[in-house]
Amino acid sequence: MALSRSLVLVALALFAAPILHAQDLTIAFMELRKDKRYDTKRTYARYLTQALGRPYQGAEVALREIRYHGKEAGIEFRLERIQAPDIDGLRRALTAQYDKGTQFFVVDAKADVVTALSATADAMDALLFNISARENSLRQRECRANLLHIIPSHAMLMDALVQYLLSKKWRKALVLEGETDSDKLLTASFVRAAKRYGVKIQQKKTFVLSNDPRQRDQNNIALLTSGSTADVVFVSDSDGEFARNVPYQTLKPQLVAGTEGLAAAAWHWAWERHGAPQLEKRFEKKHKRPMKSVDWAAWLAVKVVADAVQYTKSGEFKQIRDYLFSDDVIIDAFKGNRASFRPWSGQLRQPILLITHNWVVARAPVKGFLHQINNLDTLGFDKRDSECSLAK
Amino acid sequence: MTTDSLLISILLAVSMLIVSSMALAKGTGYIFVSSEKDNVITVLDGRTYKLVKKIETSERPRHLQFNPERTQIYAACGDGEAIDIIDVAKLEVVGKIDDIDDPEAFDLSPDGRYMYVSLEDDGALGVIDLKTREMVKQVEVGEEPEGVLTGVDGKMIYVTSEVANIVHVIDTTSWESVADIVVGKRPRRFALTADGKELWVSNELSASVSIIDVASNKVIETVNFQPKGFRPEDVTPVGITMTADGSKTIVALGRANHVAFVETASRAVEDYVLVGNRAWNTVLSRDNARLIVTNGLSDDISVINMAKRKVLKSVPAGRIPYMALIDD
Repeated sequence: MALSRSLVLVALALFAAPILHAQDLTIAFMELRKDKRYDTKRTYARYLTQALGRPYQGAEVALREIRYHGKEAGIEFRLERIQAPDIDGLRRALTAQYDKGTQFFVVDAKADVVTALSATADAMDALLFNISARENSLRQRECRANLLHIIPSHAMLMDALVQYLLSKKWRKALVLEGETDSDKLLTASFVRAAKRYGVKIQQKKTFVLSNDPRQRDQNNIALLTSGSTADVVFVSDSDGEFARNVPYQTLKPQLVAGTEGLAAAAWHWAWERHGAPQLEKRFEKKHKRPMKSVDWAAWLAVKVVADAVQYTKSGEFKQIRDYLFSDDVIIDAFKGNRASFRPWSGQLRQPILLITHNWVVARAPVKGFLHQINNLDTLGFDKRDSECSLAK
Repeated sequence: MTTDSLLISILLAVSMLIVSSMALAKGTGYIFVSSEKDNVITVLDGRTYKLVKKIETSERPRHLQFNPERTQIYAACGDGEAIDIIDVAKLEVVGKIDDIDDPEAFDLSPDGRYMYVSLEDDGALGVIDLKTREMVKQVEVGEEPEGVLTGVDGKMIYVTSEVANIVHVIDTTSWESVADIVVGKRPRRFALTADGKELWVSNELSASVSIIDVASNKVIETVNFQPKGFRPEDVTPVGITMTADGSKTIVALGRANHVAFVETASRAVEDYVLVGNRAWNTVLSRDNARLIVTNGLSDDISVINMAKRKVLKSVPAGRIPYMALIDD
């Protein structure tokens, strides 16, 4: 009697054993609590190349889209939003999150923060995705093995813009540059692109944001552009307030490009092909505003991890990482060409959109610009231009 | 019989013969082409390819399909949020099913009673009762569902989710997905082999077609497309059509501006034929003598002679032509 009872108990225990449930794979999203780039005053102003809100919202849209991606691997995805008041807070948070088992970190921060977090993760089995810092240095001398860039670099954006100018034979440019370091970075990339493709910069002038009549030579656009025979006035204004006042204020009718007028961007809500309107609709439905480049980049960073899980049928960090760096990877950036990561910089190669306030005028690489292996590598730093020590 | 009455009876017999042979003739031969941007279905004469009519539809007509009797054409109009019903004889819209959110493609139940439609924005498969003209069910699937195919005997419905890279197999009794098959990237359209054993699905971003074994719901093979002079990233397969005997499968290769001819059994890619810009969907004439390809970015269709595998003619067909049907 006792034996049969214990047999029954054993049988019950066996059958009551929990069925293996799906494993969680957490993707962390790291941002500073206060980030001037998303200041409401700036989002209200809607500068052409300005973000309209927090990119985390793009990651949220991706989270819903990836709910089937982990099925075969037995994985469910989670998104963990991490905010901290400063760099040190973020570094501590990253370490704490890694200790909990997270290995994928989407980073929405300026270049110095990105570098600091990447350095903190040096000894970890972790992968970081930069979604909003466009500095060339992060892809060149400050490249890092655990850092991938979804957002295009300044170099890529300016190459795209200049390809377009060249295709239209608008070869003469006047550069109006602001005083800040960020403005100078934009100019540097434009100068590099102009040199590569044969656009002549006739003059370079510095503007100031001011109404002071004593500075009118630098703040009055008619005066700044008088005497110019350029086809295009290129404005390097990382803020946007000066730039948006340039179109229609030039002395002679001249096209404006750069921060205003015709800009280069990773994403625009008006792109009509490659499933873009569907993605745009999903985002707008949830967040009641159009998607900007950084939102798209946040969305893609999450998608990229999920795609890797689906393809490798696994949640193993090494397998995911190896797949992302392999030649087999096909990333759908919703801009047509399949995207992939450049091994010499960690930069996602991708088409760039040339945009106005309500239209995509062209998509780069512009037709006719060719490359031996992948036309997307005409934009930004190619292997032979690489100053990254990881480049083999 | 007098000579007159003999003559009359001969005339009557001949005219009856003519009338009866007309009744046996299949359809008008007209070609119907939906175009996304100008919201029309362009009707072309099947022999001369001259414009017969432009039927105005609700916004963004895409997928077109005949009802089983071939008296009507259903058109999924995405931006118009409707299924337009076109009378084939009258060449006009005679009905509309409203409040369908962003319908893209569809298939019908074997008896023609139900329409299974992909609701692109909602990420769902909708079931419409064509008699009551109402949506009776919605099944959640992965985002951007597109291709829909009713399986043999209507027991299963296959739906692609472009964003999830999956083919869902939905059981029409339980309305649940019995399998979510991972295929290539951005799966688009289906074709079922004549024997119902294999399901071919185009992968727009993988330059390939996945072959699924219907019995096991597993991918058994992949056919890759490599037309000369094109990089893999420029080959974007979408439309698939199989000949009536199942021996050949034709795949439209999107941005590679070609269609590929595949020998179904051996999977060998036999030919690539140059068509227009962004070859999208394909349709065969009933006798399989002609293939019509819609070229989305050159605003025209290419008519291919199947025997010679050469383009006979390119005909303008609206702004961003999507799909063609032949009434034959």
